[in-house]
Amino acid sequence: MGMMRVIKPGPLSTLQDLGRTGYQQFGVPVNGAMDNDAHRRANALVGNAPEVATLECTLQGPVLRFERDALIAITGGDLDARVDDVALPRDCAVLLRAGVTVHFGARRTGARAYLAVSGGFDVPMVMGSRSTFVRAGYGGFEGRALQRDDRVPTGAPAVPYRGLLRLMVQAGVPFAAAPVVPWPMPDAGDAVVTLRVVAGPQWAAFSPTSHTAFAELGYKIDSRSDRMGYRLSGEPLALAAPLEMISEGTPFGTVQVPPDGQPIVLMADRQTAGGYPKIAYVASVDLPQLAQAMPEDVVRFHLVSLAHAQHLAQQRAADLARFAAAAAATLESIAH
Amino acid sequence: MSHIPLSETPADWRIVAGGDRCLIIAFGDRVDIATSLRVQAAAAHFLAHPLNGVTDIVPAFTTLALHYDPSAYGPEDAPFDVLSAAIDGALRAGLPAVATGGRTIEIPVCYDGTFAPDLDDVAMRCGIEREDVIARHGASELIVCTFFFSPGTPFAVGLDPTLSVPRRKTPRTRVPKGSVAIANNQATVYTLETPGGWSIIGRTPMRFFDLAQTPPVRLRLGDRLRFVPISQAEYAALDAGAQTWA
Repeated sequence: MGMMRVIKPGPLSTLQDLGRTGYQQFGVPVNGAMDNDAHRRANALVGNAPEVATLECTLQGPVLRFERDALIAITGGDLDARVDDVALPRDCAVLLRAGVTVHFGARRTGARAYLAVSGGFDVPMVMGSRSTFVRAGYGGFEGRALQRDDRVPTGAPAVPYRGLLRLMVQAGVPFAAAPVVPWPMPDAGDAVVTLRVVAGPQWAAFSPTSHTAFAELGYKIDSRSDRMGYRLSGEPLALAAPLEMISEGTPFGTVQVPPDGQPIVLMADRQTAGGYPKIAYVASVDLPQLAQAMPEDVVRFHLVSLAHAQHLAQQRAADLARFAAAAAATLESIAH
Repeated sequence: MSHIPLSETPADWRIVAGGDRCLIIAFGDRVDIATSLRVQAAAAHFLAHPLNGVTDIVPAFTTLALHYDPSAYGPEDAPFDVLSAAIDGALRAGLPAVATGGRTIEIPVCYDGTFAPDLDDVAMRCGIEREDVIARHGASELIVCTFFFSPGTPFAVGLDPTLSVPRRKTPRTRVPKGSVAIANNQATVYTLETPGGWSIIGRTPMRFFDLAQTPPVRLRLGDRLRFVPISQAEYAALDAGAQTWA
C-alpha cells in the first residue's frame, strides 16, 4: 500500500514485534522489541494491534521518507526526530505529508526509539513473527537491519484520520500531530537505574558477600552490551561452593553469572536455554527501563518477592490496556 | 482437578520460578536418557493440553520451562501458585510415556582435514586413534534431548563414555555451519555459523534448519542420531545437491 524509503539506516534499525513465541522448543530465540512497553504504545497510538511490527531504532535513528501520507508514532528513547528542523512530537499520532523526510538526530535520552506506522510494515511472517533476528538472518526486512535505499512496504492505514489530514492541509504544514497520550512511567534519563529483581534458583548458592554486593552495590553497564545480553561490571559474584549446572530455559531478564563473576542480563535475542548460575531475574515491569539504559549507566538491584513482581506485571498490563483505550479515544477525535 | 487422586508419595519433581513470567519443572539432577524421557513426556503433554497463559515451552536435559503471561490470570490469583498447582495435578495423574528411537536419522559426516580441526586432539586426550574416535562417534546411541544455542541445534546424549572431553578452554569466534562437535559427553551439530567452544571432529552437508519447512527444524526430541563417515568427494556431492527434507 505504501512505502518507507531508507535514506540513512542508523547503526541498528530493525523491525520487531512482540517476539517469536511457540518455537523455543526448537531452539528458536524469541527476539522482539527490547522495550515491549514502548513498542505497544507506539502501535496503540496509530490504531495498530500490539503484535504489529514497529521499527526499533538504536542509539542513533535513521533518515526516512514515506512515499504516501503516513500516520506514525514515535515512543521510547528520545532520538531527536525532526522534519525540516522542527521536532516531531513523541507519544502521539503524527500525520506525515507524503514525501517529507524524517531525520533522527543525536540521542537525548534512552537507547531505543520505536516508530509505528498505521497499518504496520508489510513484511512476511517467519515462524509467526515479523521480528528480525540478525544473527540467523531471518525475519523483519530481509532478515537484517535496514540499509540505505531499502524500500520497506507498509500496510493500509488501520484507522481513518480525515480530521488530522484537514488540519495538515489547511495549515500547509509538513506534519500534524494528534494530542499526546500520557504515560506515567519515565522512559529513561537517569544514569542510575533501579531494577526490581526476583531471586533466582541459585540465589542461595552464592556467597554471603555476593548477596550483599548484588543487593547493595551498583553494577555498571558494559559497552559490549547488545540485544542478546547486557553485560555488567562490578564486584565479582561468587558461588559459596562449586555447582554443577545443567542448561535450562532462560527468560528475558535472567541475571546469570559466568565464572568471571560479572553478571549478564539476558535480553531479547538471548538463547532459549543456558547453563550459568542464575542469581536473579529482573522483574518484567522493569525490563523496558533496562532496555533504555546506556553503557556506563549504573544498575542497582532491589529484591522483591515473586508475588509482588507478578502483581506489578498484572498492573502494567492494565496500565497498557488503559493507555490503548486512551489512544483509541484520541484517534476517534481526529478521524473525521 | 479435584477428581484426580493425589499420590501419597512425595513428588519426584520440583517446580521453581524463573522470574515472574517463567516456571521451571525439574525432573532430576543428572543428564541421562531416562530423565530426558520424562521431560519429553511432560513437554508432549503440555503442548497437547496448554495451560492458561503459557506461551512457550522449553524442554531441556532435566527440566521443562514454561514461559507464561501472569496477566492471563485474575488480579486475585497468584499466577505462579495457580499454574504450579495445575502442573502438579497433571504430573500426579501420570503422563503417557514417550518412546525413544522412533526415528533414526543418519547424518553423513566428513571427518577429514580442515573439517575436523580437533579430531587429533580428541584422539590424544582420549588415548585412542582418530579412527577409533570416528567409529565410536558413529556407534554411540545418541538421543536428541533438547535444542538450544541456535535454531534447530540438537544436543544428543549417549556419547560413548571413552570420548569424554570437556569444552575447549578458548572458544572459537567462528565455527562453520555443519560442524559436528562433542563435549561434556554430548554430541551436536552447529546449525549456523556462530562462535563455539566444543571440539569439532567433522562436518556434515546435511541441513537442520530450513525456513521453507514447517516446522523449520529437521530433528525431533527423541530422535536417534547415527553419524556415518563419508569422503570429501561424497561431502562435495551432497553439499552441491538438495539438503533439505520434506
